[in-house]
Amino acid sequence: MSNLFELGPSFFEATLQTLEMVSVAVFFCVIFGLLLGSWLAVTSPQGIAPARGVHQVLAAFANISRSIPFLILIVLLLPFTRFLVGTSIGTAAAIVPLVIGGTPYAARLVEAALLDVDPGLIQAMITLGISPAEAVWKVYLPESIPGLIRAFTVLAITMINFSAMAGAVGGGGLGDLAIRYGYQRFRLDVLALCCVVLILLVQLIQFAGNHLARNFDRR
Amino acid sequence: MRNEQSAIIVRGLTKRFAPGLLPALDAVDIDVPAGSIHGVLGLSGAGKSTLLRCVARLETPDSGEIIVAGSDWTHLSAAALRRERGKMGIVFQHLHLLSSRTVAANIALPLEINGMPRTAVAQRVTELLEWFGIADKAKEYPARLSGGQQQRVALARALATNPRVLLADEPTSALDPETRASVLNTLRSIREQFGVTILIITHDMHSAAAICDTLTVLDAGRVAESGPACELLEHPSTEITRRLLAHTGWPQSSSPPRPLSRQTHFEEIGQP
Repeated sequence: MSNLFELGPSFFEATLQTLEMVSVAVFFCVIFGLLLGSWLAVTSPQGIAPARGVHQVLAAFANISRSIPFLILIVLLLPFTRFLVGTSIGTAAAIVPLVIGGTPYAARLVEAALLDVDPGLIQAMITLGISPAEAVWKVYLPESIPGLIRAFTVLAITMINFSAMAGAVGGGGLGDLAIRYGYQRFRLDVLALCCVVLILLVQLIQFAGNHLARNFDRR
Repeated sequence: MRNEQSAIIVRGLTKRFAPGLLPALDAVDIDVPAGSIHGVLGLSGAGKSTLLRCVARLETPDSGEIIVAGSDWTHLSAAALRRERGKMGIVFQHLHLLSSRTVAANIALPLEINGMPRTAVAQRVTELLEWFGIADKAKEYPARLSGGQQQRVALARALATNPRVLLADEPTSALDPETRASVLNTLRSIREQFGVTILIITHDMHSAAAICDTLTVLDAGRVAESGPACELLEHPSTEITRRLLAHTGWPQSSSPPRPLSRQTHFEEIGQP
């Protein structure tokens, strides 16, 4: 156990790397997810402006990238990652597949949260003369803030999971540390500590998400 | 002259939800003179909701015309219809206020949608809040209000754009007698204050009798009878009107009501 201290700096560093990967990836996933998810919700058959064709294309896009296992997605995206950040190794490089893998997931979560808005309410808004874009901005998004916060909590937790995988293929972070030191060098204590930190991280995010969602609920 | 115009004209309105099914509305004609209060009555399943949805243009009718304040709403493009919608305010049975907006912001919404400048919106909202006696609730969220207060917010929102026509969907059902009386009074004063024509859709014969100038009785998607409220109530000429009257215990001058058929009874409990 005393040997853990020699890992001290790198352990601290790994935690920071995980936090960096996850927070930057979640940030972009939330932005792209809100855009894509709003489109999905608006054009869905239960949406304010149903458009079968558009919806099906978007849905297919979301499904294809979600059906590829994340580890394989990372490998497939290597050339693109290299093109975008100049390298395929490191935290910055890991963020690319995280965002691309996470966005369709986020979009589906956003779509589900937005379609939770009472269809009767949307009809009432139509009779006020609201346009689909205005409906997203003034009705769908504000009315589903608690649902969106819960969705993004789930997203952040999934991103921690994904980041460990991205870490294992050269992205750094806690997953990387757990595999290289804990598993490959038979350091069970390192493996255990990585897990403990990840568990704490997830608990913290879930707690914060629940608390925020409750705070924003006006119903 | 303006008062002699019709605020809402419905001509030969037909709506069928699937080919082969009986039409939900079958050649319905309704004429609501400007400044009057008109009631559309009928049992559940008679086509009242479909009529409301067609007049509000949430549904496109299969045939027939809907003319609101002089303009034909039947053949408008989506964009043109959006611009016209300020002429009609609607109070829904379930009110449909935005839980994420304060009372004041809820009332402001239709004005924002119509592109009114911010200061003008604020002024109009203040007027409405005061008229409806909810100025002290301006900053509250709807969930913190009583049912009666919420309904006043919904009315204020419906009237924000100074519409020519107010549609009220079951405004008095699910209310206790006292609140019902106060809502009916409010509707009456709204007509005076806002100079608006009111179309009420209801199965509540009592409320209709208390407030409407003219009535239309719907039965199985058709107009059973139509005319001045007092005449219709004193001398109902159709079975369905007698039945509606019987439900509310309105004093009868004509033949005693027949017991409900099983079919009707089932429809009533099947569709709350």
